This record gives sequence, C-alpha cells and structure tokens, in this order.
Amino acid sequence: MNFRIKKMDSKQFLLLITIGLFIVMYLAGMVVFQDKNFGKLQVFLNLFISNAGLIVAATGMTMVIITGGIDISVGSVIAMTCMLLAWMMEIKGMGAVPALAIVLAVGLVYGLVQGWLIAYLKIQPFIVTLAGLFFARGMTAVISTDMISIKNGLFLKWANAKIYFPFGGAMNRKGVMVYPYLYPSVLLALLTLVLFFVVLKYTKFGRSVYAVGGNEQSALMMGVNIRRTKLKVYAINGVLGTFAGFLFSLNTCAGFVEQAKGFEMEAIASSVIGGALLTGGVGNVFGSLLGVLIKGTIETFITFQGTLSSWWTKITIAVLLAFFIILQSVLASRKVKVG
Amino acid sequence: MSRIKNVIIKITGYRLFLPLLCLAIVLLVNIIKTPSFFEITIKNGVFYGYIVDIINRSSELVILSIGMTLVVAASGGTDISVGAVSAVSGAVAIFILGGGQTSTDFYHAPYLLGVLAAIGVGALLGAWNGFLVAKMRIQPMVATLILYTAGRGIAQLITKGQILYLRVDHFKQLGGFIPGIPLPTPVFVAILCILVTMLLLKKTALGLYVQTVGINSRAARLVGLNSTMIKFLTYTFCGLCSGIAGMIITSRVYSIDANNAGLNIELDAILAVALGGNSLGGGKFSLLGSVIGAVTIQALTTTLYAMKVSADQLYVYKAIVVILIVALQSSELKRMLRNLRGRSQVTQTGKEVA
Repeated sequence: MNFRIKKMDSKQFLLLITIGLFIVMYLAGMVVFQDKNFGKLQVFLNLFISNAGLIVAATGMTMVIITGGIDISVGSVIAMTCMLLAWMMEIKGMGAVPALAIVLAVGLVYGLVQGWLIAYLKIQPFIVTLAGLFFARGMTAVISTDMISIKNGLFLKWANAKIYFPFGGAMNRKGVMVYPYLYPSVLLALLTLVLFFVVLKYTKFGRSVYAVGGNEQSALMMGVNIRRTKLKVYAINGVLGTFAGFLFSLNTCAGFVEQAKGFEMEAIASSVIGGALLTGGVGNVFGSLLGVLIKGTIETFITFQGTLSSWWTKITIAVLLAFFIILQSVLASRKVKVG
Repeated sequence: MSRIKNVIIKITGYRLFLPLLCLAIVLLVNIIKTPSFFEITIKNGVFYGYIVDIINRSSELVILSIGMTLVVAASGGTDISVGAVSAVSGAVAIFILGGGQTSTDFYHAPYLLGVLAAIGVGALLGAWNGFLVAKMRIQPMVATLILYTAGRGIAQLITKGQILYLRVDHFKQLGGFIPGIPLPTPVFVAILCILVTMLLLKKTALGLYVQTVGINSRAARLVGLNSTMIKFLTYTFCGLCSGIAGMIITSRVYSIDANNAGLNIELDAILAVALGGNSLGGGKFSLLGSVIGAVTIQALTTTLYAMKVSADQLYVYKAIVVILIVALQSSELKRMLRNLRGRSQVTQTGKEVA
C-alpha cells in the first residue's frame, strides 16, 4: 500500500484532488438544495450546456499552456466570432454553413499570425495575444457597435435541437413527462475534448507539445522542431477559439461588443484548477474539463441560493484558485526537497 | 563619413532611442493630421490642449507602469491585478469618505484617512501578491490571477454592487485642478512618484538589488541578497502604486464603479513596460523607458480620438501599433532581415562572377 502511494506523483495527486473536490461540492449541493431538486440529472447536464464554449476554449488554452505559453485573446475572439456570424447571416444574408466555414478559417488565420509572431519572432505570448485581444475586440466594434440577433432558420435549428435521454424522466407540474436533454453543442464540445485528449497523449505531435513545454533545450536536442510545433499549437488554438465562439453563439444567438469579456481568464482558471502549470510541460485537457465543471457548479450554487449576488462567483473562484495554486506550489517544493 | 556613422550608431544604440522614436512618430502623425494638436490655450487660468490632455490622462498609467517595471525587473513576471487593485482602493476611499452612502456631498471622515486607507489597502493587496510570488514561488501571472479574479468582486462587495458618488469639490481636486495652479494635479502626483522612486533606486543600492535579483535570483541569494524580500517589496510597491492610481481614477469621476474603474489598465501598464524597451523576462530595466511607454500609449489614444475613431474601434489600431512596435524591437526580425540582405548580396556577387 505504501509502495503504491509513493508511485503516485504530484500531477496525479492534483488531478485526484480536483476530482474529489468536484464530487464533494456536488454532493454538498445535493444535500443543501435538496428541496430545489439540485440532484436532478438535468441540473448536472446544464453545467455542460451553459459551458460548452468554455470547454472547447479551455481545451485550447490547456494545450497552449502546456507549451509554456498563454493566450489571453480567446474572449475577444469569441466576441468577434459571434459578431461575425451574426453579421454574415443577418446583414449579408449568408447561409449558416458557409458562415461557419468562414469563421473557422478566420480563426485559423488568427492563430497562424499569432503563432508566427510568437514562434518565429520570439515575442512574448502575453504581448502578442494581448494585441490579439485588442484587435479582436476592436474588430467586433468595427463590424457593428449595435447588437445583432441571429434569426437564421438553420442556425436556430442547430441551437434549439434538443437531444432527449431515453431515461431519467420526471413529471413536471403539469403532469407531462419531461426527459433530460442535451444540446448538440455539448456533444461537439465533448468530442473536441476527447479528440485532443487522444492527440496530446498518443500522437507524435502531442508528445512534442509536452517536450517543448517541459524543456525547450532538450526538446531541440531530441530533434523536435520547436518553432513549427508552437506555430501548429497556436494555429489549432485559433481554430478552437472560433469554434468555441460558434458554440457560445449557439447559446446566446446574438453578437454584441461586450460579449464574453473576461472569458480568457475563466479559461485560464479552469486550466489551472485542472492541474496545468503555467511554466509549461504539465497539463491535461480532462483536468480542464473538471475546472470548467467546478466553475459551473459554483455558479449553479449561487443561482439556486438566490440571495447571493453574482460577484460571489468571482470571489469563490478566486479562493479556489488560490487554494489550488498554493497546493501546487507546496507539492512542487516538497518534490524539490526530496529530489 | 565614418564619424557620422559612429554618431548614428551611438544614438540608435542608446537605450531609450526606440521608445522615444515611437513617441516621436505618434506625435508626428498628429502634426500632419491635426494641425491644432500642439496648441495650448489658457481658459479660466488653466492650460488646455491635446498635449496637456495626454500628460494629464497618462498620469495614472505612468504611476502604474513604475510599479509594474519593478515587478517585471525583479521577478520576470507581470502583475495582472493592478487594475482590480486600483478598483478596490478607489472603493475603499469612497466608502470611508462617503460613509458608505450612494451619494453624498460632504466628507464623513477626514480626507487623509481615506487616502491612507486606499493606499494602505493597495499595498496590502500588493503584499499578498508578493507573498505568493516571493515566498510561495508561484509564477507571477498565476499568483496575480487570483486578485485579478477576486478584486472586482471585493470592490463590488464594498460598494454593494452600486456606483457610489462623492460630490465634494475638494475630492475632485486630486483628479482635476487645485485652484490657482494651471496644470492638472495628476501630473504632479505622477512626477512626484517618478522622483521618489528614482531617488530610492539610484541613491540607495535598491535599484542594483532589483536588477541583480531579476537577472539571476539564485546567484543574488548566494552573494548575500535577500531575493525573497526584494521580490516581496517590489510587489508591495506595485500595490502601493495601484492604490495611488486608484485614488486618481476615482477622483477624476468623483465616483466608484467597481466594474469599470481601471478596466484593462493592467494591459496598458504591461504594454508601457514593453514599449519602454524593457525585457518582460526581468533583469535590466529603465524606469524612464516605461514612463515614455505610458505616455506613448496615451498619446496614441488621444491621437485616435482626435481623428474621431470611436472608443470601441480604438483597439484595432492599438493592436496594430503594438505589434509593429514590438516586432521592430524583436532581435529575431533584425536577424531575419540581415539574413535576407545577406542572401541577396550573395546572389548579386554570384551574378557578377558569372
């Protein structure tokens, strides 16, 4: 038994704590808000429904953080995506499919430019993506300063297509059987997450991402093309950013300038709570999913509680963040002492 | 000929050359676009004009960039919580002075108490950041992410989610004008901050210490410097600067809006440090460079306003200018260009031989 504990390293330990925390929080919610049906399957599914975009954004963010970089432009990119989609479909009268294709292409170009500046000109990721943040938010305003609602038929069909579960239904007040449901956006988000989990863990590209983040010098010695790896990571992250924007717009069905402000910090916080280290080399997209779910649970708590104001979300997340960050630091320093 | 070349090399090699050049270019655009840009008029005994406005509006950014420069120099990381800390400081000041009421027109507490509380809270929050970075050895961006997330929440907790007003003429003076003095007060506060910091860094060994710790924190410890303490102090100082900036921000609008006070100013402050030619990796730093960087950012903003660009669209231009300036300063680009030139020279000589 003792032997097994020793074999578990601090990374797994952190992930376990995150999983444990989520379960404990959720169970506590079920007990405290028993009368309000917190334990219903739909409440759990809503965590995914309202955070589908964040799951995808956090996946990209985790990948970038593993390389030792950071992307603070993702919130603005999401706002730009929503606005671009709304503008193309409503003002220009384009179809939903070409609009989506164009938006993803924009994301690719955005990521390539940022990646080139970071990988080839060696400008700090923070500064480059800061400019990216400014640019995307500004472009959103250039496209339109007014809010545009999306009324495109196909798009709304995507947004409102409910996928019902065949079980777990409950009678509502009118006596109609209501089954728990999901939106397609959730499935897309989870599919992306699984895809990147596999890519990062089992492909050559994924391993070079970890190698670059762990130690650039030794990655270079092993023959990893650092620049190209970084460029690829930021390009993929750009596409994921706009894809997250698409999922986000399925929830909001509108584009406006102030959308998704501070979203990048939510994505970073999710990654960090999920065990990613900002020094690079360590991280797991599954962990970032848990980070997203924890954030969602806190928000659900506050909605269920009813009297607490929305700023308590920020404060609670910050407290959790502090807890995880200090824990990581303590574990890291213990490891140094042993080694 | 070689003499002129030497002079040019000397000038371009000067540390503040690029930052000053950027500022000059921004101002040059104005001479062409807005001829009235450099006019200064006197109305009611105070100076008016775009230039005065730039210096005035850049004051809080200058103050923040001083603190940010030291943080960057000592720890090689950035403090992204300064905007949120400013909001907390402002909220504390107005809460104390206004007695927690939504709108009042007289002080409920002595002015000095409010100011000291605001700056003290700033320093306290800075110390928390410093504790995490220096003592717990957490990467600066992650450590300050905590207060970045919580800061505005705390400020809203203090203001109970409302916008608090303090309509006292005396309170407006810090962000406006003191009767009888033609220049806006924030300018004096900023200059005072620069002078005090400069004196502290140059007349004592502190400046050298900060630089040493930034270049190699372990080596600094081995030669007997208390690296932990110095990093801690820079973060505390940065918090203190945020407190002062928060006072000016709230005084300008004699109110506190926890959601919007000092919004995104941390990004501008980090940008100011980078524009000033400082490496964000820590080590050698130039305080004056950051100050010039801060003024450049404000000059750019004012320029674009003068050219009637709307506030939301401003960011597009800002982003382009930022990338251009940072790319110009990148040594990789210089090497690429040199390689390109070298290659074309080689092909030329190759042709001649053929």
